[in-house]
Amino acid sequence: MSTDTTGVAAPGTPPTEVAPTQVCASTPMGYGSMRRKEDARFIRGQGRYLDDIALPGMLHGAVLRSPFAHAKIVSIDTSAAEAHPKVKAVITGETLAGLGLAWMPTLSHDVQAVLATDKVRFQGQEVAFVVAEDRYSARDALALIEVDYEPLDAVIDARKALDEGAPVIRDDLDGRTDNHIFDWEAGDSAATDDVFANADVVASCDMLYPRVHPAPMETCGSIASMDPVTGKLTVYTTTQAPHAHRTIYALVAGLPEHKIQVISPDIGGGFGNKVGIYPGYVCAVVGTIVTGAPVKWVEDRSENLMATSFARDYHMHGEIASTKDGKLLGVRVKVLADHGAFNGTAQPSKMPAGLFHVFSGSYDMAAAHCAVTGVYTNKAPGGVAYACSFRITEAVYLIERLVDVLAHDQGWDPAELRMKNLLKPEQFPYTTALGWEYDSGDYPTTLQKALDIAGYAELRREQAAKRERGELMGIGIAFFTEAVGAGPRRTMDILGLGMADGAELRVHPTGKAVLRLSCMSQGQGHVTTFAQIVAEELGISPDDIEVVQGDTDQTPFGLGTYGSRSTPVSGAATAIVARKVRERAKIVAAAMLEVSPDDLEWEKGRFHVAGDPSASAAIADIAMAAHSDLELPEGVEGHLDATCVYNPPNLTYPCGAYICVVDVDKGTGQASVRRFIAVDDCGVRINPMIVEGQVHGGLADGVGMALMQLMAFDSDGNHLGASFMDYLLPTAMECPSWELGETVTPSPHHPIGAKGVGESATVGSPPAVVNAVLDAIGVRHADMPLTPAHVWRAMRGEPIRTDLAIG
Amino acid sequence: MQITVTVNGTAHTREVEPRLLLVHFLRDELRLTGTHWGCDTSNCGVCVVQLDGQPVKSCTVLAVMADGREVRTVEGLARGAELDPIQQGFSDKHGLQCGFCTPGMMMTCRALLDRNPDPSDTEIRVAISGQICRCTGYENIVRSVHAAAEIERAAQEVHQ
Ligand code: FES
Ligand code: FES
Repeated sequence: MSTDTTGVAAPGTPPTEVAPTQVCASTPMGYGSMRRKEDARFIRGQGRYLDDIALPGMLHGAVLRSPFAHAKIVSIDTSAAEAHPKVKAVITGETLAGLGLAWMPTLSHDVQAVLATDKVRFQGQEVAFVVAEDRYSARDALALIEVDYEPLDAVIDARKALDEGAPVIRDDLDGRTDNHIFDWEAGDSAATDDVFANADVVASCDMLYPRVHPAPMETCGSIASMDPVTGKLTVYTTTQAPHAHRTIYALVAGLPEHKIQVISPDIGGGFGNKVGIYPGYVCAVVGTIVTGAPVKWVEDRSENLMATSFARDYHMHGEIASTKDGKLLGVRVKVLADHGAFNGTAQPSKMPAGLFHVFSGSYDMAAAHCAVTGVYTNKAPGGVAYACSFRITEAVYLIERLVDVLAHDQGWDPAELRMKNLLKPEQFPYTTALGWEYDSGDYPTTLQKALDIAGYAELRREQAAKRERGELMGIGIAFFTEAVGAGPRRTMDILGLGMADGAELRVHPTGKAVLRLSCMSQGQGHVTTFAQIVAEELGISPDDIEVVQGDTDQTPFGLGTYGSRSTPVSGAATAIVARKVRERAKIVAAAMLEVSPDDLEWEKGRFHVAGDPSASAAIADIAMAAHSDLELPEGVEGHLDATCVYNPPNLTYPCGAYICVVDVDKGTGQASVRRFIAVDDCGVRINPMIVEGQVHGGLADGVGMALMQLMAFDSDGNHLGASFMDYLLPTAMECPSWELGETVTPSPHHPIGAKGVGESATVGSPPAVVNAVLDAIGVRHADMPLTPAHVWRAMRGEPIRTDLAIG
Repeated sequence: MQITVTVNGTAHTREVEPRLLLVHFLRDELRLTGTHWGCDTSNCGVCVVQLDGQPVKSCTVLAVMADGREVRTVEGLARGAELDPIQQGFSDKHGLQCGFCTPGMMMTCRALLDRNPDPSDTEIRVAISGQICRCTGYENIVRSVHAAAEIERAAQEVHQ
């Protein structure tokens, strides 16, 4: 019997004992911090992002966009552009209408113009598409297209969208006489009203979670290539969800799905921006069909900021009720949701406000209710994401601001108020007033840990001393409960596609393995993390496991990476598929060792006979035997592989306690984040180094949204944040050195107890920063972003509306 | 116009339009796609290369301006199989996630270490303050540069 050492490497270190960023000297046989396998390419400049791909004979597309937010198209003259010597095709809405492609379905029961035919409905909307020999010529030709517009009044202020006489944006829809999209409610309205009627204390607040844009460093793009002989369409595209895209292309263009291959190459950040299908992608497909050559389209940054998915834009009126000694009783909210010109939000289809109704947060509340109204405005469609876990970021912001408003009104300490009301560990699994079943958590311990790291009492003393001296310092706390890993397919689907994920694992005869995933990394490190899951289950080194993702011809079906769902869903699929392989390996090992499978015991990487550790078979030997002439029991197929489709029984519920310390310059209103403490509980950590990195990125996001990222519109609908000179993203100067901590409460229903972490910090950090700034300046509420100008105004009692240009 | 640009030690002569940006010259003409493009306004820094040893945003330099000069890109960092310490630092300290900003960050930080072998946290942050990373929150980039500095110091001690 071979004694291959594959199976006797050090067992995986329990995740809680690995100090974050302490990269293991050797590759861990399972969980633990290890260097990322994907980095070898990236640090050498050998990533392969969309724009790095050049196909033979490839042409370049460019989109002509509307300068108006709302205007009738009177005429389009493309003749001069067509006469450009390097132009191969000019496509307009009319061309597309002839193909039945002028409109496409959105992810939210609506349609969206691919290229405008009748009128334009937001600034930056797609009007024409030029295909030329090179990218400069394509751009040159855009300037040669003459469009005659007749400007119309625009609906810019969402709060006026439903006014009598407001211009009707969607007159393309039969019988439309207003800008109303939907009304939706959750919770028990009567019970909630009852709680409020009998409460000692009620605090209410109007707040806006403003429109923001995920702005990954790589913009969106696509290369479409139709093989005229085989009829096969290959689409290289920046997508977080390759399989969903393939199905949608089949549905939109009427192409047979087996003749479509969607390839997602390396993605330079997604954060939700790369979930949807954009008009440019469809134009590239039409471009290749029309020209017979591959067509590349890559948007520039202003196109990215103006036209591809924004996030948030929730106008909320929230109320919170409590007893006079600070026991929270209930929360209710009315939301006006600005969905832009087309309803294109990517929420689970049955949930028009996504998972917003987790807004009772981390507290034991008797009742809660929300009413959400969606409206059209003359702004870009979207509402898809920005690491929000399907609108949980709005929900967490709402409740965490309300708790602070209540504390402010009553003179209570915000830490004490939270500690008093957090769910207790013994209450889990806990069903909220809105029907969510939180799986696990130890909230008080998590908060206490953050308070300890921060030195909360000392910070308050410092703040008091500074106030004496006239200096402004603020401490902001947020506690969040995330709900990720969508989802049970019964309740959660996108366009009718249930949110379950496939995984396939094959162990080759020599004991090396290939894992095929449906989800798609945009920097999260799937190639490493998922190899570690298999390593933990099978005792094969992560270095010996190839992880394949992002190619629909090479991977099983699944809904993709967003909503922090990769580890909760595809990670679970990976663990289960590895366990299936282990079960097969057990039968093979039993045949090898001539014992009954029941007599075998598993130690990582090998089976041995119970009571006789020397009689054993390592996984590599089992793999070879599984492919050999070894006689296997009847019904056992041989080889060593398995497939799995994982349909999560419930969401997973990560949580965290965040504390932000800011200093505000009294003279300029400039808020600087001095410290940020983040204690996250995302269940079991597979690669703590990667988890920590995910948290860092999300915290920077929170600082950006809370303080800098301004996406306002003037009354004509001009987008005032359409470049990085105007839409400010945090740099290294605005970010402090993050201070992290962790607690670990495994998810009881997840095969490896992991909960997902991709969006936790983006969800949890904005209210912590806002609470800190408002604490510093002693103001009850002002909306994000708290730019110096806005803080300065807020200090003078004149906070502004950040969705509109300052008048 | 005909230009000759030395990129990572190799001279390339090409006929180019005067308006061609250096970033497109590198990416489209020379197919050195490790240098990225990310904005229209010279704000993001994913395009940073070294021009005669100085970090520059290659989206803000015309290819013709590089005529007769030396450009170093991310592809020119490693010596064969041997990584430059800055590359090793980024890999060791998880200084990258999606990797899109990484070449630009490394080129800037390489230039920083060349003039300041032991930079402070603040000096590192200032050096990369004209660049944006959406993934890492910068903390691990700072740690990566420290790690690279340490690798270089250790190598020097061995030398002495
Ligand atoms: S591409 Fe953004 S600064 Fe050069
Ligand atoms: S690693 Fe993704 S932008 Fe920096």
